[in-house]
Amino acid sequence: MTTATNDRPASAWERLTGNRDVQRFALCIATGVVVALMTGKSGNTHEPTAGITGTFKSANGYIWVAIFLVIWALLTAREHYSSSYGAVQRRVSRTREQLLGDRRARYGLYGLMLLVAILLPYFVSNFWQEVLVGSIAPYVLLAVGLNVVVGFAGLLDLGYIAFYAVGAYTAAYFTGSLPAQPPFHVNPFWAYPLAIAFAMLSGVILGMPTLRLRGDYLAIVTLGFGLIIEIVANNLTSVTGGAQGVVNAVPPFSVHAGVHYTWPLELLPGNHVPWYYLILAIIVIVLILFHLLENSRVGRTWMALREDEVAAEAVGINPLKYKVMAFAIGASTSGVAGVFFASKTGTFTPGDFAFQASILVLVIVIFGGMGSLAGAVVGAIVLQYLPQALRGHIQQTDLYMYYGALLIVMMIFRPQGLVPSRRRAREIRLAERGIGTADSLAAPDQAP
Amino acid sequence: MTAETAPAEATHVSDPILVVDNITLRFGGVTSLSDVSLQQNRGEILAVIGPNGAGKTSLFNSVTGVYRPQQGTITLRMADGANVSVIGRKPNRVTQLGVARTFQNIRLFNALTAVENVKIGVEARQKTGPVGAMLRLPRSRREERESDERAFELLGFVGLGARANDLAAGLSYGDQRRLEIARALATDPQLLLLDEPAAGTNPVEKRDLEGLIRKINAEMSVSVLLIEHDMRLVMSVASRVVVLNFGRVIAAGTPTEVQRTPAVVEAYLGAAAAEGNGDAAAG
Repeated sequence: MTTATNDRPASAWERLTGNRDVQRFALCIATGVVVALMTGKSGNTHEPTAGITGTFKSANGYIWVAIFLVIWALLTAREHYSSSYGAVQRRVSRTREQLLGDRRARYGLYGLMLLVAILLPYFVSNFWQEVLVGSIAPYVLLAVGLNVVVGFAGLLDLGYIAFYAVGAYTAAYFTGSLPAQPPFHVNPFWAYPLAIAFAMLSGVILGMPTLRLRGDYLAIVTLGFGLIIEIVANNLTSVTGGAQGVVNAVPPFSVHAGVHYTWPLELLPGNHVPWYYLILAIIVIVLILFHLLENSRVGRTWMALREDEVAAEAVGINPLKYKVMAFAIGASTSGVAGVFFASKTGTFTPGDFAFQASILVLVIVIFGGMGSLAGAVVGAIVLQYLPQALRGHIQQTDLYMYYGALLIVMMIFRPQGLVPSRRRAREIRLAERGIGTADSLAAPDQAP
Repeated sequence: MTAETAPAEATHVSDPILVVDNITLRFGGVTSLSDVSLQQNRGEILAVIGPNGAGKTSLFNSVTGVYRPQQGTITLRMADGANVSVIGRKPNRVTQLGVARTFQNIRLFNALTAVENVKIGVEARQKTGPVGAMLRLPRSRREERESDERAFELLGFVGLGARANDLAAGLSYGDQRRLEIARALATDPQLLLLDEPAAGTNPVEKRDLEGLIRKINAEMSVSVLLIEHDMRLVMSVASRVVVLNFGRVIAAGTPTEVQRTPAVVEAYLGAAAAEGNGDAAAG
């Protein structure tokens, strides 16, 4: 290559730098060093170089370099043994298809997972019980709900957490926990249907005008809606209690139908388990309902809209109706998670509904696999477990940087997500061959 | 060559299903259709032909509600005799009125199977809502069964019964055309608009398509409005032909009449060919 213009043979240096493996090696080491510096110690005015020296005096800096060395080795091995790599990959995916294709194996797997979920709290410490109830389970529910909007219907919603806030504030309002008093008080049991109704209503109200927009515009409007809800909650002190949050504690969830049971305040150790079972029950019900929904007329209609809106209209589908429907169903799921959150902790502030939370849920859905219910569950578990497991090793303030990096890596190496839906994976495969578009958010080519 | 198969009497039977009256469609300064009128009789196969850019697809898009002409009216005569204007209605509403279409550049739901594509067409008319679907209420079960049956029936009708579970993207070009027709038929149309169904198909597929169009017309009693470049196909299946050029109707009549009209010859072959054939009778 290098000798094309002059007859001089390539020098050893040129051959070295021209080698793809070497190039990739340098790139990986450089990336490792940059990431180590970014996540390592910070300098200050007294020791401006401490950011660099500090990083490589601690083990953390070398861990990153080592991680990228492993990545280099994997990439290189994949390229050199691409044929056997492909064969292994095919065999794995075939085995998976066979297992999941068999109904009994699939339901057996689901049953086993449910059993593990039921027994789990008895095998983990109080700290992990709290993580399960406080961080993982609500985000599983949120991700499953957003999955309907983003995965099933193909709508990008950047303000999803606003409906979580609507659910939480609805519960707080109707239990008399806000400065503004409701016309009638309800106990937290009835707060659930009310929150579903209000979250759904706000989804419809937001959806009707905005879902006429396509792709990017919808993302911007939903982003704005999320911010508006957060700002209103912060500043409309006479109604919402402002930045301090609720004034009276939201009463905990209770059942008074046949049996009487009140969930204990979650603040005390050992009180997490009843809440865990409450949300586990909600999640299981929602998963079953959404699974049935996905494989129904409505689910297929969403798929049609996602694939080709013009063709969907031509067979008589009203796009707006089904988009609003997806939006409302997603919103009401978020609302349920909101009531759970409010009645579990008894107190919350507008800070709990910050923009980052919307992004986190979206990251979970994309990471897990858009359009895949199992993916949303697995994504939420992994992405909420890791920060807790790595506590002390990484700074919590760096969390979103890692999420961002993870998204980029996923988009390059596994765009269909961790546990992809079979259809979504197909769409991406077809798009790679140039048939259709896997990007459901792209505007269809349509004249005025 | 096979023009005698077309019933010439159909021209004068006056039971219109579609009346397009003097429509004009402009995009900025460009006039795509100007004063176009045509009438399609119930049960008839009407072909629209014309050179590239003549406005054929614009006409289709106007009839299906994708475009909104600035002037003129487009009226559908329903089975019960009511007249309904298409103008101002959205494409999905027009489809629900009984007008189905296919696309010049095939638009299937590629990542779905053939039978799913057709089911979506059937289900667009069904009523099950999200709650019914989530709880699998009796109506949702019944409708699911109906859409399954109807979809397989239609796939069999167009000759794709054996391909039901293949991905739409994996079908051959001719099969994709037929699948698109099956999906359009799934919406239970009175009037079927086919936009160049023979484009890109081989001679064998063309002959099959010819038979399919006749079968749709005869067995399902669906009126067919056809855009086609393949003259042999047009002359063989259409009972009447409307010729567009530069957004205007330049001729209309039976295939043999149209073939003899000097304006048509001129549009297709240039002015020199039309010389000596007398004055052009543009209509």
